Amino acid sequence: MIEIKDLHKSYQMGSNTLHVLKGINFNVEAGELVAIMGSSGSGKSTLLNILGMLDVADTGSYVLDGVPIENMNETKAAQYRNKFLGFVFQSFNLINYKTAQENVALPLYYQRVSRKVRNEKALEYLDQVGLKPWATHLPSELSGGQKQRVAIARAMAAEPKVLLADEPTGALDSKTSYEVMDLIQQINDKGNTILVVTHEPDIAEMCKRVVILKDGVIVEDKKVNQKRASAYVQ
Amino acid sequence: MSSFRFLLDANTWQEIFGSIRKNKTRTIITVIGVLWGIFVYIAMAGAAKGLDNGFDKVFKDVAMNSMFVWAQSTSIPFEGFKTGRSLELRLGDATALTNKIPEIQHIAPRNAQGVFGGSPALTVHGQKSGTYSVLGDYPIYTKIATKKIYDGGRFINDQDIELSRKVCVIGERTQSELYEKDVNPIGTFIRIDNVYFQVVGVHKYANGVSFDNDSDIYIPFTTFQKLYNTGDRVGYFVIAAYDDADVVAVEKQVKTILKNRHRVDPEDERAFGSFNLGEAFGRIMGFAQGMTFLSLVVGLATILAGVIGIGNILLISVKERTREIGVRRALGATPGEVRMLIIMESVFLTVIAGVLGIVLGAMVLNLVGNLTEGGDFPYANPTVPISYVLGALGLMIVLGTLIGMIPAQRAVSIKPIDALREE
Ligand SMILES: Nc1ncnc2c1ncn2[C@@H]1O[C@H](COP(=O)(O)OP(=O)(O)OP(=O)(O)O)[C@@H](O)[C@H]1O
Ligand SMILES: [Mg+2]
Repeated sequence: MIEIKDLHKSYQMGSNTLHVLKGINFNVEAGELVAIMGSSGSGKSTLLNILGMLDVADTGSYVLDGVPIENMNETKAAQYRNKFLGFVFQSFNLINYKTAQENVALPLYYQRVSRKVRNEKALEYLDQVGLKPWATHLPSELSGGQKQRVAIARAMAAEPKVLLADEPTGALDSKTSYEVMDLIQQINDKGNTILVVTHEPDIAEMCKRVVILKDGVIVEDKKVNQKRASAYVQ
Repeated sequence: MSSFRFLLDANTWQEIFGSIRKNKTRTIITVIGVLWGIFVYIAMAGAAKGLDNGFDKVFKDVAMNSMFVWAQSTSIPFEGFKTGRSLELRLGDATALTNKIPEIQHIAPRNAQGVFGGSPALTVHGQKSGTYSVLGDYPIYTKIATKKIYDGGRFINDQDIELSRKVCVIGERTQSELYEKDVNPIGTFIRIDNVYFQVVGVHKYANGVSFDNDSDIYIPFTTFQKLYNTGDRVGYFVIAAYDDADVVAVEKQVKTILKNRHRVDPEDERAFGSFNLGEAFGRIMGFAQGMTFLSLVVGLATILAGVIGIGNILLISVKERTREIGVRRALGATPGEVRMLIIMESVFLTVIAGVLGIVLGAMVLNLVGNLTEGGDFPYANPTVPISYVLGALGLMIVLGTLIGMIPAQRAVSIKPIDALREE
C-alpha cells in the first residue's frame, strides 16, 4: 500500500539546514495498523505529512497504492488526498462553525456527493463512532474525546485507503484514549490501513507493528501482539 | 474543474451560505460598507436626476430662445447728452427691431404697473379688495410664454387691443383672493384703480423664469396706455428668436440697435438691461449636469471604497481561517475550489449589500420626492434610471470578483501543511 525508499527531508532555517529525515525506507501492506514512535523532534510528523501529501520530500520515492507520488500539482494532490487519505490530528481540526454532521460531510462535498447522500452518510459514520445524538452540535459543545471521534468519522467518511493519525490521543486522558483506540482498531478490523504517531507505549501496544524513529532514520521496526482496547473500555 | 458547473452546484452555494451565516460580524461589517456606497450612489444619482427633472419642468413652459430687454439710464455722456439720462423704450423700437433682425420670431412689448415701478393697482370685487400688479399685454405674449388659461376663459385678443376694451385676465391667486370659492369669475366685473374691467380669463400659475406670478392682472396693452397714460412708452420687450438662432447674438444686436435709436454711446453697457433665458438655462442645466457627474464620481468612489473594504475584511478573515482552509485542503479541496469559495463569498456579500443599498436608496429618494412634491423647489421625480442600477450591480459583481481574488490567492498561496500548523 505504501512504499517509500530513501526519503530525505530538510528544513531551511535561515542559514542553517535542519536535516530531519535522513533516508527512510519503509513499506506498509494493506490492512496494517502501524505505530510510529520516537522522541520529540525525531521527524514523526514530518514523515506522516509527507505520506499524507500535505508536504513533499526533498528526495526519495513514494508510491501510494501503486501510484508514484512525485511532481504533483496541488490540484492533483488535493484529489489524491480526497480519494486515498484520511487525516486525524492531535488538535482535532474540526471547523468550528459547522455542526458535527456538517464536519463529517465535508470530505464528501469535495467528492461531489449530493447533499442528501452526504448527510445520510455523515449520520451513518457518526453513528459508528457513537455520536449520532450529537449530530447537530457544534464542536465547541463537544468534549475532547467526542471531537476526536467526530474527526475520525470525518476521516472515514471519504472511505480512504489509508488513515493517518498524528497523536490522535495526545490531547485525551487515558480512558478516552482507549475509546479512540478501540475505534481505530475496529476500523482496522474492517481492512483499512492505519498509521498512528504516538508517544505512549500503551497506545503503541494496541497496534500491530511499531516503527521507531531516531535522528531521522528508522532504528527499530517490529511486529507486536496487539492488545485490544475494548478490554479497557467499559 | 469547470467553474461553471461549480457555480450551478447547490453544494457550493450551501458552503458559501454556511460560511457567510456563521461569520456574522464579518458579514455585517462588509455589507454595511458596500451598502453605504451604493446608497450614496443611488441617492446622489437620484437627487441629481430629480434636480434635472425639476429644472426641465420649470423651463418646460418657457421658450428657451427668449430674452428680455429694458431701458435704464446712460452711464457715458454722448452727443451732448449728459450722463445719467434716463431712457424709455418706445413702441417704434419693436417695429425697428423686427425689421432689422431677421432672427427675431416674436416680440411682445409689455407695460407693467407695480412690478418694477409704480404702485400696484387697488382692485375691488364686491366686498373684497387687494393690490395687484397690472400688465399691459399684446396677444402675441402667449406665443413666447405659455399661459394656461382655465376652461371657459381666454387671453387678450386682437379686438381687445383694437378697441382698447376694458377686459382682463386675472391670476389664480388674484381669483382666490377676490372671489368666493364656487364663483366663476368669467364675465364678472372688477374695479381696477377705479375703472371697471370684465374678467375674460383666469390663468394658472406656470412655473418658469419670468417676471410673472399668479397674483397679477393682464389687460390689453392699449387699455393700459389709456389707464396709466403711458403713450407709446414700453416697460420692456419680451423677444423670442427662432429655434436655430443664437439668442446671445440676437441680444447683442438688439442692444446695438436700441443704443443707436436712442442716441447712446455704443460702449455704454448700462443703458439697456437684458436677461437671456437661453444663457441662464444653459448655466442651470450645466449645474444640473455637473451635479449628475459629481454624484456619479462620488457614488462610484464610495462603492469602490466599500468593495475594497470587503476585500480587506475578507483578507483578514482568510488569515483567521487559514487553519480551516488547511483542513479543507487536507480533506481534498483543490486550490480552484478554495479560490472559488472565497471569491463567491466576496461576490455574494457585495451583491447582497448592493441590493440592500439600492432598496434603501430608492426608499430615501421616494421620501424626498414626496416631501418636495408640489413645492417651489425645482425637484421632481427623483428616479434613478434602471440602467444606472443594473450598471452599478454589474460593476459590483466585477469589483467583488476582482477584489475577492486577492484573499483567494492568499488562501491558496500557503502550503496545506503550513496552513494546518498555523495557530
Ligand atoms: N516547518 C518547519 N520549519 C522548520 N523546521 C521544522 C518545521 N517543521 C518541523 N521542523 C523541525 O523538524 C524537526 C522534526 O519535527 P517533527 O514535527 O517532524 O517532529 P515530531 O517527531 O513530530 O515531534 P513531536 O513528537 O514533538 O511532535 C523538529 O526539530 C522541528 O523543529
Ligand atoms: Mg509531531
